[in-house]
Amino acid sequence: MVRAQDRKFVSADPEKCIGCVVCEYACSMANDQTFNPNKSRIRALRLGPINNIAVACRHCEDPACVAACPRDALRQEEDTGIIVVDEDACDGCAWCISACPFGAMLMHPEKKVVFTCNSCKDQPDGPQCVKWCPEEALTFVTAQQLAQKSRITAVKNLFQEAKEKKAESK
Amino acid sequence: MFAYAGKILRVDLTTGKISTEPLSEKLAKEYIGGIGLGIKLLMDNSRPGADAFDPDNPLIYMTGPLSGTLGPTGGNSYAVVSKSPATGGVANAESHGFFGPDFKRAGYDAIIITGKAPVLSYLWIDDDKVEIRNGEHLKYKTTNETDHTLREELGDFYIRVSAIGEAGEKLCRFAAIINDEFRAIGRAGLGGVMGSKNLKAVAVRGTRDVNVADFEGFKEFIKMIYERMKGPATKKYKTLGTPENVLVLNSLNALATNNFSNSQFEGAEKVSGEWLNEHYVKKIVGCATCGMRCDHIAVVPEGPYKGSTSRLEFECLWSMGPLCGVDRLDAIIEAMRIVNEYGMDGISIGVVVAFAMDCYENGVITKEQTDGIDLRFGNAEALIEIIHKIGKREGWLGNALAEGSAKAAEIIGGDAWKYPCHIKGLELPGYDLRTLKTAALGFSVSFRGACHLRNGAYSPDVKGKVNRFKIEPGRGKMIVPDGHTYNVIDSMILCKFSRGTYYDGNKDLANYYTLATGIPMEPDELMVIGERIENLARLFNIREGKGTREYDTLPWKIKNCPVPEDGPAKGMVVSDEEHQLGLDDYYAARGWDSNGVPTIEKLESLGLGEYAYIVKDQLKKDKEKDAAKTAAKGGEA
Repeated sequence: MVRAQDRKFVSADPEKCIGCVVCEYACSMANDQTFNPNKSRIRALRLGPINNIAVACRHCEDPACVAACPRDALRQEEDTGIIVVDEDACDGCAWCISACPFGAMLMHPEKKVVFTCNSCKDQPDGPQCVKWCPEEALTFVTAQQLAQKSRITAVKNLFQEAKEKKAESK
Repeated sequence: MFAYAGKILRVDLTTGKISTEPLSEKLAKEYIGGIGLGIKLLMDNSRPGADAFDPDNPLIYMTGPLSGTLGPTGGNSYAVVSKSPATGGVANAESHGFFGPDFKRAGYDAIIITGKAPVLSYLWIDDDKVEIRNGEHLKYKTTNETDHTLREELGDFYIRVSAIGEAGEKLCRFAAIINDEFRAIGRAGLGGVMGSKNLKAVAVRGTRDVNVADFEGFKEFIKMIYERMKGPATKKYKTLGTPENVLVLNSLNALATNNFSNSQFEGAEKVSGEWLNEHYVKKIVGCATCGMRCDHIAVVPEGPYKGSTSRLEFECLWSMGPLCGVDRLDAIIEAMRIVNEYGMDGISIGVVVAFAMDCYENGVITKEQTDGIDLRFGNAEALIEIIHKIGKREGWLGNALAEGSAKAAEIIGGDAWKYPCHIKGLELPGYDLRTLKTAALGFSVSFRGACHLRNGAYSPDVKGKVNRFKIEPGRGKMIVPDGHTYNVIDSMILCKFSRGTYYDGNKDLANYYTLATGIPMEPDELMVIGERIENLARLFNIREGKGTREYDTLPWKIKNCPVPEDGPAKGMVVSDEEHQLGLDDYYAARGWDSNGVPTIEKLESLGLGEYAYIVKDQLKKDKEKDAAKTAAKGGEA
């Protein structure tokens, strides 16, 4: 039994992500054996050249998508947090898409049912977007690890600033 | 077919007729795609002698076989081919970014656009659904505004747009087509051709799969290239970027300054890649499906152009910087930004402004004619002001300069003919040809006019592989194979920044092609294709009356204004004698006659026999001329 805080999901570092969409192609390559970003479970977004980010399902606790589904077509795997779609039950109504605050729930371009990140759980080396990201901007992490990373960076910056201030005042 | 879409789309803007036809595997293999197949389609779908701005001149959008795959750089590209309003010969340009893959996913290898829309329009391609839509609300919108407006009105953020700005609409002869904010179909005036068709933009959404022949093999191959892209072969582009060239060329007396008057720039440090990166570059981003990253996004932190943001590469930095004597990066960044918004070629614009500055300094144009702009070398504000005027075709001078430097010199008259620095009507890129003479030869024979990307002839000079102060026998032969490789690269539409990652050269390229398409390809065959494309482009230029020896020229300044700086380069010019020797050498290496015309045997050996009619008469005339010359020489003896 995996604890909720130990569930891993794909997260992009906005400092490193350049919106190159390699992740999208890697995803369709791994999951659909083709090249097509429209079938990707992770989507990159560029809002002007400097602001880039890739977004995938964050395997939320009490996920809004599951709650929103009027046909009980979605469920969350307990161990992994992955949202599993019952393709026979889903009728593509898109309630879950409006419910997801990250835009991580997607409509399949051919099947007309929703789909989302499955953490590449059938791949021996984990999520392929992470493997292919040329900027090492993507990581497969837990929320805990993300928080730790942010804290470490913040504290480093703090001490760096303090050091610089000290050096300046000398 | 694998990787190829297998389909050509035809759009007649005059009648509104839209149709498709299949692409044959034979044609695909013989010309690959991109500029190769584009030039073939241009040749077979254009009326000989039709002006570049004539509705009959087709504007041809191309993808490459790799477009839409995860293949690095080949995956993200497209090309445009037409007849150039600047040169009257072949116009070709390639652009990367995000537009190309959607165009392929929509299901097309090529779009042949002919005619002229009755009112300003745009083309909306949504997979199989193709519409010519009213674009009057886009009139004079910047390229970026057009992009945003179309994505908004078509209701999908992920739609990709390739558009012209005001300059293209106003038939500027060096207007560009811009996609993804700052990626350009830059050279040879293709934006002007688009404007002449009343076509403001092409918007695409493609949702189909792109499949390759050998999925596992392809995956393995591209993974290897992605890994190589992390290594030394692409380091330059990921660190200082191409602006690294500023100090390198300056030290070689090859940084043309003040319209090719000087070969070194006093302010070089202040416009160097080092300075740019330290003070202006905020983030380095890249195109879709690429493992390099080269787009140095510069933001002006303070001063009159505060907040101005643009991507800056060496060529444009040089043309609007050192060549205009401008040593202020803030102004150069702003200039680049507005050049993209008007949709103009970032190389040509600087060379055109430098030409005007030269005329002004030499009293050929007066302050009255500039509408009061003090168009001295080094005046950064004047640079910005005149760019606005050219983009809008405002005032007598702005209107004249929008014609490009060659035609502007005719309009201005007087001594102006001395100062435009172009070959065949296309402005020079950032290399001082007086001190890089292999480049001088290479640029002069390029089929799209002055161009550093048709044969890479500057490379042996800059790398010190030859005596760069001389054109010697053998130099012609030296630049031939690279020309073929570059044609192949532009037909697979790979980014030239990635050329160092194909460690095994043509073997890698052939392998890349076959894994994607399933069509067998040997490295030697690729070289034949490269040569076929080179000859076909030459044939097109000859057909249009622009392809013989008299058009393989160098600018007056390169031949007549000696390098003034003390040192090894002092006094350098390219003499007509050595240039003519170089041409003889080059034509011989190509199997062309003394007038630079491909022989029938050469054409037949390349499978171009059907075009022999273009050269038949010319070859006969040339032969008679040669015989007369020999006889005259004999008489003298």
